[in-house]
Amino acid sequence: MPQVSLTVNGKPASAEVEARTLLVELLREKLGLTGTHVGCDTSQCGACVVHVDGMAVKSCTMLAVQADGAKVTTIEGLAAADGTLHPMQEMFREHHALQCGFCTPGMVMTAIDLVATHPDGLTEEQIRHGLEGNLCRCTGYHNIVKAIAAAWPLMHGKGMPAAAE
Amino acid sequence: MAPPFEGIGASVRRKEDLRFISGHGHYTDDINRPGQVYAYFRRSDRPHAKIVSIDTKEAAAAPGVLAIYTAADLAAIGGLPCGWQIHNKDGSPMAEPKHPVLAEGRVRHVGDPIAVVIAETKQQAKDAAELLAIDFEDLPGVATVTDAVKPGAPQVHDGVANNVCYDWHIGDKAAVDAAFARAAHKVRLDLTNNRLIPNAMEPRAAIGEYDAATGDYTLYTTTQNPHVIRLLMCAFVLQLPEHKVRVVAPDVGGGFGSKIYHYAEEAVVTWAAAKLHRPIKWTAERSESFMSDAHGRDHVTTGELALDKDGKFIGLRVHTYANMGAYLSTFATAVPTYLSATLLAGTYTTPAIYGEVTAVFTNTVPVDAYRGAGRPETAYLIERLVDCAARETGIDRVEIRRRNFIPRSAFPYQTPVALQYDSGDYVATLDVAMKKADWAGFPARRAAAAAKGRLRGIGMSTYIEACGVAPSAVAGALGARAGLYEVANIRFNPTGSVTVFTGTHSHGQGHETTLAQLVTEQLGVPLAQVEVVHGDTAKIPFGMGTYGSRSLAVGGSAMVKAMDKIIAKGKKIAAHLLEADVRDIEFKDGKFTVAGTDKSKTIGEIAFTAYVPHNYPHEELEPGLEETAFYDPKNFTFPGGCHICEVEIDRDTGVVHVVNFTAVDDVGRVVNPMIVEGQVQGGVAQGIGQALLENAAYDASGQLVSGSFMDYTMPRADDLPSFHVATENTMCTHNPLGSKGCGEVGAIGSPPAVINAVVDALRDYGVRHVDMPATPAKIWSIMHAAAPKMAAE
Repeated sequence: MPQVSLTVNGKPASAEVEARTLLVELLREKLGLTGTHVGCDTSQCGACVVHVDGMAVKSCTMLAVQADGAKVTTIEGLAAADGTLHPMQEMFREHHALQCGFCTPGMVMTAIDLVATHPDGLTEEQIRHGLEGNLCRCTGYHNIVKAIAAAWPLMHGKGMPAAAE
Repeated sequence: MAPPFEGIGASVRRKEDLRFISGHGHYTDDINRPGQVYAYFRRSDRPHAKIVSIDTKEAAAAPGVLAIYTAADLAAIGGLPCGWQIHNKDGSPMAEPKHPVLAEGRVRHVGDPIAVVIAETKQQAKDAAELLAIDFEDLPGVATVTDAVKPGAPQVHDGVANNVCYDWHIGDKAAVDAAFARAAHKVRLDLTNNRLIPNAMEPRAAIGEYDAATGDYTLYTTTQNPHVIRLLMCAFVLQLPEHKVRVVAPDVGGGFGSKIYHYAEEAVVTWAAAKLHRPIKWTAERSESFMSDAHGRDHVTTGELALDKDGKFIGLRVHTYANMGAYLSTFATAVPTYLSATLLAGTYTTPAIYGEVTAVFTNTVPVDAYRGAGRPETAYLIERLVDCAARETGIDRVEIRRRNFIPRSAFPYQTPVALQYDSGDYVATLDVAMKKADWAGFPARRAAAAAKGRLRGIGMSTYIEACGVAPSAVAGALGARAGLYEVANIRFNPTGSVTVFTGTHSHGQGHETTLAQLVTEQLGVPLAQVEVVHGDTAKIPFGMGTYGSRSLAVGGSAMVKAMDKIIAKGKKIAAHLLEADVRDIEFKDGKFTVAGTDKSKTIGEIAFTAYVPHNYPHEELEPGLEETAFYDPKNFTFPGGCHICEVEIDRDTGVVHVVNFTAVDDVGRVVNPMIVEGQVQGGVAQGIGQALLENAAYDASGQLVSGSFMDYTMPRADDLPSFHVATENTMCTHNPLGSKGCGEVGAIGSPPAVINAVVDALRDYGVRHVDMPATPAKIWSIMHAAAPKMAAE
């Protein structure tokens, strides 16, 4: 079986996997990182989103072997070593952007990528469009959209440009 | 500094969130037991067939395979039970064919489990399952209720004539016939309440475990009600004593009803764990969820409303065909009857009502309660009928509602269909909603949209629902095979913190916060010092679980009763310590005080004394401070309200955009407004999903066409607007909290508001009704089939 070596949440990790093993299976079943969830089998729901080399990726859509040598960040790797939460995590809690919590890890990882890749601001429409690949059945998205808008100034260290509001 | 307000009415942030936002939730599939192996179910890919033979030889020889079981191996265990027995019009009981755990000689729906393969790894189990050689002889199948009741239709079960499970009725037929005979106006509407697939984001999962040394079983499962699963599985399926079985429902990723029921996979992994002496895990793939989680709705209904010359409703006649699917799921039979037809009065004074329900078997996945369960179906029917009546009598749709509302002064109000509403103020929720939605300003918005080539419509619903099915004695008389009380155990720890053990279960509702707030409010213990424990039969005395928006109204009331007992005992301890008469002890803000003095003891001091009883009234009291209460409600609770939806239709594509949605609900006492708003927002999203997007599609033979997220349209963030949500509350009069429940109102009030808005937008096309979901294809076809009566541009 192929061996895969990668960096996960800043620490080296390696495991023997079947060629067909998905990245999400490697994370959950071999590395014990169960914060990344599996909500479907057609790459539609986004519960499994992680960051691979800084980009949001559905980890059910990528083979573990394709992540060989990559830097992967999962929901467990977002908070600082002292437990300080990422601003996106804080805003999800502050704005009640989660209920059952199952879609939350994927939502948070997608949201961080969305905010990071929009340094000029985000409109509600852009946020909603950016969440197209993530399903939530509990919240109706209302508070998720609010949380992401609230996290933007915290992540960029400046106010949201007026045009984007 | 005053302590922060954390009691009833405070939007405190949720205690459970830290673990969820940091990836440390603990869902069933996150659990791995030592020595664990994996189950994979081979399911029917055809709607209806005889199983001629199952050859397991090649699969059994595949790598890692430990066992393969079929129905032949399960001969000694029972079928999956139905929890509510309905009786026919003639008094005879409903048809209740066996629901085998694994198919017995015949498959009756796509997804029907036939065999289970247990192997060392998940992949090995799945690979081996594909090697099972099963010979089928296909039988004709039937998917819809209208096809299933036709003469000559394929028969789903031997011995169930014409596929009819039951033929039930409620109300006064003669009075309704008389009302129609003298009616000035009659309005009839035929409609379908579309079949939905709940799709909680966490797929179902189960781990069965057996300890050979003690004979104890443990089942970890994605359920909304662990004690109910233990009862059903032990008593009916596996015939195990309940004290040897522990059922744990850890973090559960959404339920919406679909995780109430006892499913085959739970029984199989528990049973097989004892055969193999290995823990066995099963986790559904999403495609399995689509064909094995109980579906929702699927009613075909005819409603007729009789009005007098002034537009007063004088009679309502309803017939519903309800699709049960291939087998009876746990509470399927109650949904179209006692959870639906009993609400046919809606918010109106209609004096004569007659409802009939024909429940029908088809070759489809079993149908059961899904968010709202029967109540959305009734609200949709009534609120669509009322809009049709308004249009056909020429009375304004708001005015016709006002004219027929049960007035606030009429409560308690006895409806003609069994229920007695305790409280409500339908005019108030209507007025607030119309103001918030700027109903009066709509014509200008419509004109502005028309100028841009868009069709704009507005619609409302003024719905009611019934929550917290009760009391047990009445439910039992109507066929329920379980009680519907709830249980709470409140335990002070010696150093003053509190652990709450509740029989309800949280799978997104935020009970760890809301229920803790009740303790803060009543006992004056800071929120951080209160822990809520749920979801484990080994820890919780008993419980009926969470569904039907019952957790606060019923489970919270049980907590209040238990806390009343804590205070009563605390007063006796305080009287002893303060050398006062117990009748002079007052309890307020966490302190026991001798009335009229400054002599007091905090509840923490009392708890410590109860556990370190050196100076203690031992002759009168036992040590310890822990109380349990079982609460059986006196009645349902009756949330209601007004939802207003505004849509714009794109003429070129037929896409319906919800541009404004206002929900003003009466949910009784609100404990945490933030959580209530979140519940309503989520419910509204599901209701808009039903109205515009979602549909469980079968072909005529029973093949499931919408079997994945590629085919079944879930509401996504860009399908929905931000919502305007508010409450305008009257208190429930018969429970100690005054709370009514908020979990389902969103999904109940919204579908009729959306469709009423869509029909309003299409009014120039002579459209009277659009069945859900109002998809772009459907709308486009309507617009192109009929030229507008007048040019809108």
